[in-house]
Amino acid sequence: MIENQDYKLIIEPGRSEMHYWKDLWRYRELFWFLSWRDILVRYKQTAIGIAWSVIRPFLTMIVFTVIFGRIAKLPSEGVPYPIMVFAAMLPWQFFSNSLSECSSSLISNANLLTKVYFPRLVVPASAVIVSLVDFFISFAILAILMVWYGFVPDWRFLTLPLFLGLAFATSFGFGLWFAALNVKYRDFRYIVPFIVQFGLYVSPVGFSSNVVPEKWRFLYSLNPMVGVIDGFRWAILGGKAQLYWPGFWLSTALTILVFLFGVRYFRNTERAFADVI
Amino acid sequence: MPIIKVENLSKKYILSHQQQESYTALRDVITNKVKAAGRKMLHPFTLHHSPSTDSNEDFWALKDVSFEIEQGDRVGIIGRNGAGKSTLLKILSRITEPTGGKIGINGRVASLLEVGTGFHPELTGRENIYLNGAILGMTRIEIKQKFDEIVAFAEVEKFLDTPVKHFSSGMYVRLAFAVAAHLEPEILLVDEVLAVGDTSFQKKCLGKMEDVSKSEGRTVLFVSHNLTAVQNFCDKTIYLHKGLIKDFGHTHTVVDHYLNDCQNVATNVWNGKHKENEFLKVVSVRIGNESMDSDGLFINEEIKVTLTVEVFKEVTGIAFEIIVSTLEGTVAFSSFTETITLCRGKAEATCSIPKDTLNNTHYMIAAVVSKDYSYWLVQINEALSLDLHAVPEGLGWQGEWPGVVRPKLTWQVNLS
Repeated sequence: MIENQDYKLIIEPGRSEMHYWKDLWRYRELFWFLSWRDILVRYKQTAIGIAWSVIRPFLTMIVFTVIFGRIAKLPSEGVPYPIMVFAAMLPWQFFSNSLSECSSSLISNANLLTKVYFPRLVVPASAVIVSLVDFFISFAILAILMVWYGFVPDWRFLTLPLFLGLAFATSFGFGLWFAALNVKYRDFRYIVPFIVQFGLYVSPVGFSSNVVPEKWRFLYSLNPMVGVIDGFRWAILGGKAQLYWPGFWLSTALTILVFLFGVRYFRNTERAFADVI
Repeated sequence: MPIIKVENLSKKYILSHQQQESYTALRDVITNKVKAAGRKMLHPFTLHHSPSTDSNEDFWALKDVSFEIEQGDRVGIIGRNGAGKSTLLKILSRITEPTGGKIGINGRVASLLEVGTGFHPELTGRENIYLNGAILGMTRIEIKQKFDEIVAFAEVEKFLDTPVKHFSSGMYVRLAFAVAAHLEPEILLVDEVLAVGDTSFQKKCLGKMEDVSKSEGRTVLFVSHNLTAVQNFCDKTIYLHKGLIKDFGHTHTVVDHYLNDCQNVATNVWNGKHKENEFLKVVSVRIGNESMDSDGLFINEEIKVTLTVEVFKEVTGIAFEIIVSTLEGTVAFSSFTETITLCRGKAEATCSIPKDTLNNTHYMIAAVVSKDYSYWLVQINEALSLDLHAVPEGLGWQGEWPGVVRPKLTWQVNLS
């Protein structure tokens, strides 16, 4: 008989389950290395490199400002329309990038998954980190816009990390879910771009969520990104953007739920990855 | 106390006969669900059993395997395809969980990976050393300490800051092996990696592995089809057959046992499963001689090897290849086609080995489908095994001829 105390490592059915979180901590260096690799590759491969993560949100912002601000003449909460759009563009870009990166991360690292052991959670997590770097780069545009329009944020700006955390939880929660589904159903990847595209228009990115009639506000907040984006606007635009608190808490609660279920679903399917991928 | 102790280890896979692909498509799941619901609505009172349940079959890749390995042992693992060799290593390296049984391990386990796993082509040699080290479980500090040694061993000093996509395949292997060899795990798992790379480097790798195990008391588990390498390197060998341990002991006795078993089976047809890709799948590999009787083949016959493939979507740059080797794993020769374009549907490729080429001995034939002459889409080791007989002719020598092949060459003798 094998006595557990005689051996440093025991392998048996259901065993890896027990040491999962400890292992995750042990493999934290691999997590940084994978993130570092993805960041390096991302900025090496594209000829325009960093410029890409600046140009994309910037152009989208201009288009939205023209369409929603100039042509549709939607209200701008008393701040320059470009700043209002960009304050939402930041979390949205972060969300959509990490969602697509996350969901394809397992498939694109399939050769690693079938050859080496490590907690699989490391792979989608490092995919989110790459999008986070993009986020900070496009943050510079916001700073420039603020200087251009002479806009000074107030104390609420300091709460921004909290909302970034919320954005992270939303992206990672959905990302984990999609990553696992992508392994199981190989045609799921065709759905992801559609969700991202669709999400851009049902989330208050190009317009303020105050446009939504009062009686629908609560229902509208069932979209977790509504809470995140409103939070970003509240923090960046100062007192100008009113936060609709019941909706915000609903979004936050949903985000936490999505995150927890995402982790759980991922953990449940993770064991079989190496066999099906 | 043994460094690895394995008790009643089992691993079950569920084979599904219904699907061609191993993964499921969401659209199929949805259509099946909708169809089932539709049937239920039309005939609400009849029972429907789902068609998927009876098309699944359990497959035991390993069954009740138990063994012990002492520290410093160099253990070879041999067996035919599908014997469970790779599954065993996968479980030991924790990539997949066993279905039953228990393993106790005393020390750090690391696998020597297939060439370029964990390498990123866009990154430089230096960056890849760090990345690969981390993937294998080294800490940043360890890699830093070993860095110069790794570079010297791999002989890539000049190319450290070149993206590895510009490396030759030899440099690739050297770098990959160098990182793994300096990992200093207590237990090193090696799965058929030395098949690539030049011979001198293979020797160097085996030397390094021997070094590591002898001087530092490390344990090595070595899976290979190359019996010569196993015989040279391993002091003990496990012989797996259909998920069971058929023999375990000193290498020479186990290898003899295995060779004996191999000689008794000639496989003329292969129609198993292989690792999937998006373009095609090999349906069968077979000896296509019309006149095949139970006596087997003679060396004065032309031997036809036919690969039948099913092409899923049009693909360019395909080449078929066969590799003929002796039972010990020495490659006699390989032969491949030009690169061709395949359309959806079936395709067949036949290679004719001229008569009077092979010797009267046993051969293994591997079938390979490669793309753009740069990587292998499909690789089936030991697809066929061949047993050739000499033709008794006239008087004189009737025994074995030396050499892995026995070509009939033309001679011209001039008397002056």
